Amino acid sequence: MSNPVIKCESVYKIFGENAKKMLQDSNGNVDAKTFQENGCIVGVNNASFEVSKGEMLVVMGLSGSGKSTLLRCISRLTDATGGKIFIEGQDLLQLNNKELIELRRNKMGMVFQSFALLPHKTVVENIAFPLQIKGTKTEDSISKAMDMVKLVGLDGRENYFPRELSGGQQQRVGIARSLAVEPDIWFLDEPFSALDPLIRKEMQDEFLRLQDKLQKTIMFITHDFDEALKLADRIAIMKDGIIEQLDTPANIVLNPATEYVRKFTEEVPREKVLLIEDVMDASTTDNLGDLKVLKDEIIENVAEKILTQEKSVAVIDNNNKIVGSINPAKIINTVFGGRKNN
Amino acid sequence: MEFIKKYPKLFQWLFLLIVFFALCFAIDVPETYKFIRGQAEFVKDPNQSSFVFLGKEVRYYAFDVFWRLPPLLGWLPIWINDSLFFLMNEWMPIEFWNEDTQEFRTRPLVLQISRNLTAFMTFLIELIREILLGGLETIVAFTSWDWIDKNPWAELPGLPWTIVAAGSAILAYKLSGKGLALFAGLVMVYISIFGQWKPSMQTLSFILVAAPLSFIFGLGLGIAAFKSKRVEKALYPLLLVMQTMPQYAVLVPALVLFGVGDHAAVIITMVVAVPPMILLTILGLRAIPPEVIEAGRMSGCNNWQLMFKVLIPTARRDILIGVNQVIMVCFSMAVISAFIGAKGLGFNLLLALNQLNIGLALEAGLCISLIAILLDKMSLAWANKQTDYFGNLTFFQRNKNILFFAATVIIGIILAYVGTFLFKGSYNYLFEVPHNKGISTADFWNKGVDWIFDTFFVYIKAFNTWLIQDVLQPMRALYLRMPAVATLVLVVGAGYLIGGIRSALVVCGLTLFIALSPWWDRALVTAYMATFGVVISCIIGFTVGTLCFQNKHSASFMLGVCDIFQTFPSFVYLIPVMMLFGITDTSVLIAVIVYATIPATRYTIEGLRSVPVGLHDAATMSGVNKFQRLTKIEFPLAFPHMMLGLNQTIVFALFMVIIGAFIGTEDLGQYILKALSDKKGAGIGFTLGICVAFIGLIFDNLIRTWVEKRKKHLGIN
Repeated sequence: MSNPVIKCESVYKIFGENAKKMLQDSNGNVDAKTFQENGCIVGVNNASFEVSKGEMLVVMGLSGSGKSTLLRCISRLTDATGGKIFIEGQDLLQLNNKELIELRRNKMGMVFQSFALLPHKTVVENIAFPLQIKGTKTEDSISKAMDMVKLVGLDGRENYFPRELSGGQQQRVGIARSLAVEPDIWFLDEPFSALDPLIRKEMQDEFLRLQDKLQKTIMFITHDFDEALKLADRIAIMKDGIIEQLDTPANIVLNPATEYVRKFTEEVPREKVLLIEDVMDASTTDNLGDLKVLKDEIIENVAEKILTQEKSVAVIDNNNKIVGSINPAKIINTVFGGRKNN
Repeated sequence: MEFIKKYPKLFQWLFLLIVFFALCFAIDVPETYKFIRGQAEFVKDPNQSSFVFLGKEVRYYAFDVFWRLPPLLGWLPIWINDSLFFLMNEWMPIEFWNEDTQEFRTRPLVLQISRNLTAFMTFLIELIREILLGGLETIVAFTSWDWIDKNPWAELPGLPWTIVAAGSAILAYKLSGKGLALFAGLVMVYISIFGQWKPSMQTLSFILVAAPLSFIFGLGLGIAAFKSKRVEKALYPLLLVMQTMPQYAVLVPALVLFGVGDHAAVIITMVVAVPPMILLTILGLRAIPPEVIEAGRMSGCNNWQLMFKVLIPTARRDILIGVNQVIMVCFSMAVISAFIGAKGLGFNLLLALNQLNIGLALEAGLCISLIAILLDKMSLAWANKQTDYFGNLTFFQRNKNILFFAATVIIGIILAYVGTFLFKGSYNYLFEVPHNKGISTADFWNKGVDWIFDTFFVYIKAFNTWLIQDVLQPMRALYLRMPAVATLVLVVGAGYLIGGIRSALVVCGLTLFIALSPWWDRALVTAYMATFGVVISCIIGFTVGTLCFQNKHSASFMLGVCDIFQTFPSFVYLIPVMMLFGITDTSVLIAVIVYATIPATRYTIEGLRSVPVGLHDAATMSGVNKFQRLTKIEFPLAFPHMMLGLNQTIVFALFMVIIGAFIGTEDLGQYILKALSDKKGAGIGFTLGICVAFIGLIFDNLIRTWVEKRKKHLGIN
């Protein structure tokens, strides 16, 4: 985790008139209730984390949990009330307006829940917009935008207006627009929440495909726990402005840190989320059966095979080296075992 | 008691009415009281009382204060006048360099600013006018009269009408397509062959200066108000008053400040057209979803780019309505400003009206409407224009419009040249069809009206007499019979019942201003005419709107009709009624009703349309019939919107009542019209304008407050 792309240190965002002064007085111990009595609303409460290059951090929380506010602090759409934010080592809050604009023009892209397309511009004009703002020549920006149109699979619709597209297609435009300047950092604010379930799944797969290709550093906001599990490298779960737990999906499912997090994990079908690696026994590598399974296989896909074995099954890595073992009982235990009291 | 508890509001209203009538009967009409007819107030009469305030003497007939309040604000018009005079002639003299006499001279600052502004406006108007019609002024502005004398060839020749017509068609084609091009061409040809070319181009040159300037100022101030709460707070009351102020009333002070002519008309037009533009700009910018703004910021926009590439285009819908309003106001001002010497169609229209030549007036009016619609459609098309990035166009395809225009210029010049031989000795019709030398349908219309008048004379006369004697006169007498205190109690009580203390105070302030001005009686007459007009308009408008709403096509059709009627200059409505009913209140009121029915109908249809479809279906599934659905579901929900329609109806009615002074009424409008020809009329005209605006604002405040409450109650926003 050397040189994190995004680094937050005790970030606070408090809305209200005397927010700054109250924060200073409180010495970092912000109690939402006392603040509310004084007419302040706590949006983000002491958030500290890092996101490294190429990593996807999903921030998950219900509405009002402060997840969008956190994202807006990091993109500096609102100014954080306290704390420090570093983007590639640069202190974000110290940037002046011009530097901030430069940063956004070259390093950041953002996708919005309600798409936020410009209604008076066609698909290709919308996508070319950030480039034109930057001062790119019209021809170049349009040809670049056409590449993006192809990337998100909207060929043939480049001259449509946003109002003529379906929700899924509109969000593809939003994604293409945010990628047009080839940013290193990609912010997505509930990009799929306004879409129908089937379209949403399709877009998630599409998104994973894109990320596979592009390897951006991503902060992804969602209120859908399943979506978080499906996409994330790491998940931050927020409640009332506080990050309750920040960990890999597997760890969150297996070891929820708080009662609140546990409630989310209860209904999760683990066999669909966890990898063999997450539940294998790394210490036992001998006396194994003939069957070998890859360590980053999802349990669901290999469970049936493993359950037919009597002996423990060998777990191998990509180089065909045995790194651990797993026995059928462990699989049964993981899938059905002690949800409530695990 | 049960009943009172069940309907507390109803009981309160009843109580208010009882108090009102009790006051009316308790306060007797003073024996010396009589309605002051025109000019009578200038007579010095020993029965008059007087007081001196700020050095101004105010003379008035004193009555019991319960009957009529003394005109304690009577000094205000005189004071405004003197202040204006002082500003213009004495305040802050500055030295400036006079080009003509080659020496320094001193002039008061305001006068100098006003003269510079005037020169600038005149230059702009003359520039466009001379491109279209030809002339010397523009060249003189760059050189001097001496230079012109030595170089008599240096004169803008003006464009032949064929070129202008073809040019506008090509422009329309470029902006929108064949349909608009055809319309533009037809409008121009119509104007030309009906001999309205010169006045139309004069009006057009005036509009082409006034409309863009109003647009820019309105947009700029709207943006400023959007960005800063303080600016908005400062602007808001001004905007409110300007929205309800009759456009007439602005004429008089402008006359003093800027003199007579087209330039003054442009400035007044800006004063009138800018407020709605500001309001709609603010409205549009406020409605932008925050995410769009964030998307703009994240695309790396600086403030300037954010405003002009993201915010304004996104708010385009409301801003375009603003542009439409600006254009409409410009055209209605094009007529009104003929009073202060603006040239063009308006002047011809007024002239025709004075001669009772309905045909000519109609033709001039139609030209105004046609140009208004054309400009409106063109500006709309311009805003919606789309660029094609992918067309692989040849040089000819890319520049075909310019090439075509160049070709028409050449053809037009050749035609005009040929014309000089063809029409030797008479007018060159291929260059310009002179005024009133084209085809005219005026005779047809005149004869038509004459025929109606001859055929139905007896019935019209009978109707007119009945209306005046049995309805209007009694109603007017009733209004004048109200003691000032009773009226005040009624209005303030209504304010309190609708909007609480705050509303009551606002309404009380507005009413007191009118009551303390010297024109309370006149204001009552204005109120009586407006009330009559509004009541009938609402009955017609709500009925027609409801009936048309039953069918989708008839509803759209009716909205279209409303649009067209609204583009007619309001003066046009006066003509036919004046022909039929003569110079009576009936004429004014019929014009008021025709004009004020437009918003009543429009808002009824729009209100009914805004009822959610889901509710419609829910009602149908509950088994209501059409009538039940209308009364139980649609009316209650559409009512707030319809009340906004009532608000507009009142504003329209007041506007027309004031214009009605042109026919001859005895209300505030008559005095405004009189102030126009008065050397010291500025203060009077302005104060009268404020009085009319306040009448409008009283109702505006009451209705809006009620609508807000009702909407909150119904959960509509």
